[in-house]
Amino acid sequence: MLSIRQLGVSFTQYDQGLNQRQLTVITDLDLEVQAGEVVAVVGASGSGKSLLAHAVLGILPDNAQVTGSLRFKGQPLTPARCAQLRGQDIALIPQSVGYLDPLMKVGPQVRRVAQLGGLSKAAAQTAVGRTFNRYDLLPSTQGRYPFQISGGMARRVLVATAVVSQADLVIADEPTPGLHPEIATETLTHLRELADEGRGVMVITHDIEAALQIADRVAVFYAGTTVEIAAAADFPERLRHPYTQALWRSLPQNDFIPVPGHQPSPDQLPTGCLFSDRCPWFTPDCAAERPALRSVRGGLVRCIHAD
Amino acid sequence: MIGLPQTSSAPRWNRRQVTLAAIAVGAVFLLGIVLSSTIIGRTGLDPLLTARNQPPSLAHPFGTDWLGRDMLTRSLYGMSLSVRVGLLAATVSALIGTSLGLAAGTLGGWVDAVITWMIDIFFSLPHLVLLIMIAFAVGGGTQGVIIAVALTHWTSLARIIRAEVLQVNSADYVRLSHKLGRSHLWIARHHMVPHVIPQLLVGLILLFPHAILHEAALSFIGIGLSPHLPAIGIILAESMRHLSTGYWWLGVMPGLLLLLTVQAFDLLGENLRALLNPKTSQG
Amino acid sequence: MRLADLIRFAGSRLVRLGLLLMAVSVFTFVLISLSPISPVNAYVGADIMQIGPEQRQLIAERWGLDQPMIVRFWQWLRQFVQGNWGTSLIFNQPVLSVIGQRFQASLQMLAIAWLLSGLLGLGLGIFAGAYEGSWLDRGIRLYAYVLASAPTFWVALLLLIVFAVSLRIAPICCAAPPGTLAANVTLGQRLHHLLLPAITLSIIGIASIALHTRQKLIEVLHSDYVLFAKAQGESLAGIIRHHGLRNILLPAITLQFASLSELFGGAVLVEQVYAYPGLGEATVQAALRSDVPLLVGIVFFSALFVYTGNTLADFAYQVIDPRIRIGGER
Repeated sequence: MLSIRQLGVSFTQYDQGLNQRQLTVITDLDLEVQAGEVVAVVGASGSGKSLLAHAVLGILPDNAQVTGSLRFKGQPLTPARCAQLRGQDIALIPQSVGYLDPLMKVGPQVRRVAQLGGLSKAAAQTAVGRTFNRYDLLPSTQGRYPFQISGGMARRVLVATAVVSQADLVIADEPTPGLHPEIATETLTHLRELADEGRGVMVITHDIEAALQIADRVAVFYAGTTVEIAAAADFPERLRHPYTQALWRSLPQNDFIPVPGHQPSPDQLPTGCLFSDRCPWFTPDCAAERPALRSVRGGLVRCIHAD
Repeated sequence: MIGLPQTSSAPRWNRRQVTLAAIAVGAVFLLGIVLSSTIIGRTGLDPLLTARNQPPSLAHPFGTDWLGRDMLTRSLYGMSLSVRVGLLAATVSALIGTSLGLAAGTLGGWVDAVITWMIDIFFSLPHLVLLIMIAFAVGGGTQGVIIAVALTHWTSLARIIRAEVLQVNSADYVRLSHKLGRSHLWIARHHMVPHVIPQLLVGLILLFPHAILHEAALSFIGIGLSPHLPAIGIILAESMRHLSTGYWWLGVMPGLLLLLTVQAFDLLGENLRALLNPKTSQG
Repeated sequence: MRLADLIRFAGSRLVRLGLLLMAVSVFTFVLISLSPISPVNAYVGADIMQIGPEQRQLIAERWGLDQPMIVRFWQWLRQFVQGNWGTSLIFNQPVLSVIGQRFQASLQMLAIAWLLSGLLGLGLGIFAGAYEGSWLDRGIRLYAYVLASAPTFWVALLLLIVFAVSLRIAPICCAAPPGTLAANVTLGQRLHHLLLPAITLSIIGIASIALHTRQKLIEVLHSDYVLFAKAQGESLAGIIRHHGLRNILLPAITLQFASLSELFGGAVLVEQVYAYPGLGEATVQAALRSDVPLLVGIVFFSALFVYTGNTLADFAYQVIDPRIRIGGER
């Protein structure tokens, strides 16, 4: 459904008011999302995850340049097609209630999403009622302002916006942080249901555990690129990339060993493999050139040493 | 999350150079206005009946009036007078504002409460009505304008100085000085003054345009400078009598000079503020 | 807003109003008392040449001018509170009725100017904010910055030259054609005469509301909820209609109510240029012709006027913003 090849996103910046420079935040990113599956995109903050969502929706700031290929249902995603598809075929579930208009009641906001999805006003109202019912939101919730609803309700309202838009591809940006564990699980379950109904779901998160609860496949992000795409079942023994393995070990319930060093900042990327300066498997070959994504044991990995 | 860099157009000069250039342009223009009356001489002020009511031309860029006087010369003399009156009034006002702001900030307690309340009262009356009332009560004339403008323009500066003092007072190094047993005067001289002086300077310069505009307004309605002292407001009030005859330049050109002067002060003040503000001065 | 909150709000505002008026009365009384203008001269006005020293003494005694200031203040205040604001020397009528008539004439002009500057300022601010950085935005900003520092009376003069002298489509002065009896003035004539002053006032009032609206809209357009709206496929026009207006209207209304002080000051100058017989013109007359009772009355009235504006601004927030109305959070 969604196919991303060698995506690059960079920003034009002026420093000191004099020099123009390019800041590359996503390099060589590859990802595939099929109908009916949940693909989790996992990475530390600063790895360019949210920008990926914005690039697919075509809502990056004006000073951003996009390279590589983005295809939706086989057709390239041009800016014009993006504008046509967003809200109709591609929907975003944002991070928090802060993405709702603070001065607009919840019901009309969700109805507006349904109308933008192509429904008439009456049909949109019916869809909102039905969807609120599906997510155990009382009809009176529609008359409330965002500041009046609880965090759990806000989550369900945000999921409801994706449902009423009738989109085929749903991108959820950081759906779980700050949530009570029960509500987080509930939200993840809702996302899984969306995929089971035939949609493609992309979940962007820094929480591997949450991702593994529902994902079919996990794409691991590092410094703006995909270092590994593995099936959920590959965790933890059959992981291919040293960064994925380190990330797994850094979880509190595992060894709780933080990955040594820091993710390189976008203006100081290493010449070769982006992970080379922190990698336990480092050899001089790693610094020669950026490794290509290659197939290893049924998954994809960007490491010359993986086998 | 990655902080998104903002776009901006590529300037040929850096910001600091632009700021300095703006300050220079503003300062030279204003100095020219103030000194113009001594430079250009009085010949343009003499009536010349053969050159009455002439529209703007190369010889008379602002035209001539009903007595054949050169309007550019008259406007410059008037503007120079208005600027000097405005400068005096604004300076007095700035002194009042600074002392009250310092008093409110350092003494606190009921002094602060009274001063804050006074500021609130001043803000709850239309500024012009207050000006008219004070100018009238002190007997009008040049002295009336200066007192009225001086007594009504101190409020914003007092607020700014008060806030600055409160901020500095709560800073760690000032608390340390207190603990070390430094006197209030010592702290005021070594910690307050360096912080307050730039604020005062910028505040003073930004007061000028308001003071000049209000001086002109009071003179225009006849409560300010006497008609024998042709300040810019008086010249504009005179032009009212000749409007219906179609001598538009009598009103348009002096007003334009007033507008430019006010804009020059704004330019000077805003750029000086940018220069003195550590956050923007490094660019 | 619940009734109890409403009563508390009104109560606190009334107390503050009382304190304010008390301060204004002390201020004006002291100012007038200390001024070099002899109160007798001021009250007697033009007839001062015809009365001798004995009569002056008599007048001073009758008005209690030989009493200490505090005593005189209380006597004056008692009269004032009872609604006896004295008699205007120029108009030879009770001050309150002069203010009433003059304010009525000004009110129509002020209302038109207020609405026009609010709507136009909002519109220009929205365009400038929506197309931030464009030539349209630069033009609107330049206009606002220049107008913000332009002398009000000069703008009035310019418009008078253009529309009344050159184009001859507006009257040159007054509130009605000269020589027409007040009873015979038609609505059309009245509108014709107050339109140019009102437009002048609004042209100047536009600047601050436009700049403020622009700033607020830019803030809204960079917000998370607008990013989400874009992701839903909302167009720029849709974003402004459904999210922009909603979020910029409240600060704009507040600012517009709080601008009554400048509007009143502007009216004084504009009415002077157009010789429009409103309250502003009366203020100038009172000061020029030493009509102390009228001047003091106008100072009080203007304080009341500005206070009403500020209170309405606060009230608008309480009533319109659901976060305060329902949530009680600020």
